[in-house]
Amino acid sequence: MQFFGGSEINPSPQVPTASGNNAHMMYVFNRNGVCLLYKEWNRPLHTLNPQQDHKLMFGLLFSLKSLTAKMDPVNAEKGNLGVPQLPGQGCSFHSFRTNTYKLSFMETPSGIKIILVTHPKTGDLRESLKYIYGLYVEYVAKNPIYNPGSPVKSELFNTALDQYVRSIS
Amino acid sequence: MAPVGPRSGDAIFSSIDRVNAELFTLTYGAIVRQLLTDLEDVDEVNKQLDQMGYNIGIRLIDEFLAKSGVSRCVDFKETAEMIAKVGFKMFLGVTASVSSWDADGTCCSIILEDNPLVDFVELPDTCQGLYYCNILSGVIRGALEMVSMKTEVT
Repeated sequence: MQFFGGSEINPSPQVPTASGNNAHMMYVFNRNGVCLLYKEWNRPLHTLNPQQDHKLMFGLLFSLKSLTAKMDPVNAEKGNLGVPQLPGQGCSFHSFRTNTYKLSFMETPSGIKIILVTHPKTGDLRESLKYIYGLYVEYVAKNPIYNPGSPVKSELFNTALDQYVRSIS
Repeated sequence: MAPVGPRSGDAIFSSIDRVNAELFTLTYGAIVRQLLTDLEDVDEVNKQLDQMGYNIGIRLIDEFLAKSGVSRCVDFKETAEMIAKVGFKMFLGVTASVSSWDADGTCCSIILEDNPLVDFVELPDTCQGLYYCNILSGVIRGALEMVSMKTEVT
């Protein structure tokens, strides 16, 4: 599947084709906590209104990052708990799994955070998240009409995302 | 699939879509010329070029990170090397070199041997204070600001 004309930098990771939808939701946040994108494919249960949901998600990730960095037994240099770590510095968590879902997370040094919630048996999605970041660059960062820091409204981006996410198991 | 390590500027440059170098140079020249006609004041033009570069830089950083796959640089020296070797190579196809480090390691110069922007360009006497490549300064400033590094680029 080629999304970029002729370019092969980020070939889609080889995954077995799966029928139906395995992803539940996806969030994209920027460094200030603004939710740039929220997509939902399969979410039977809504507990909070969207604003609270986004805030909760961002807060959760912020705390988790801080906690995992602080608890790191390997890395010598640690900030104080609660102090924001620069994106990309120190150790960073990449996923957690419960009995009903798995949440995968990726943060770039520029502060863009991509979160994908899928079913619990999903494998490691780090490559997929990198690919999605590549999609973000192509359709959003390069879009001259897009105002950085505001929610993304690009149809092309949504379509490409849909297509890609449906194909990962 | 095995994770792809950080790629060299060369590899990336050869694999992305490119535009004709002359077209790029001439377009940039036309932009600067139009700015000079509109604004007439050389300092204003410098500021505009810097602002344009800044707007480009804040988006460019995402593309740079996505395509090169590098992780966070440990210190400023590494950052400067990264910009000069990978960044310039990736986007302009030329390699820059870093030099003139000051005692603290907080200030350096990035030298471009052959700058595609200035091919065929001659500055007349009326525009002697013009920083013709100020857009590049803006790009670097914008990009670094998005990775939490406040810099001044001249």
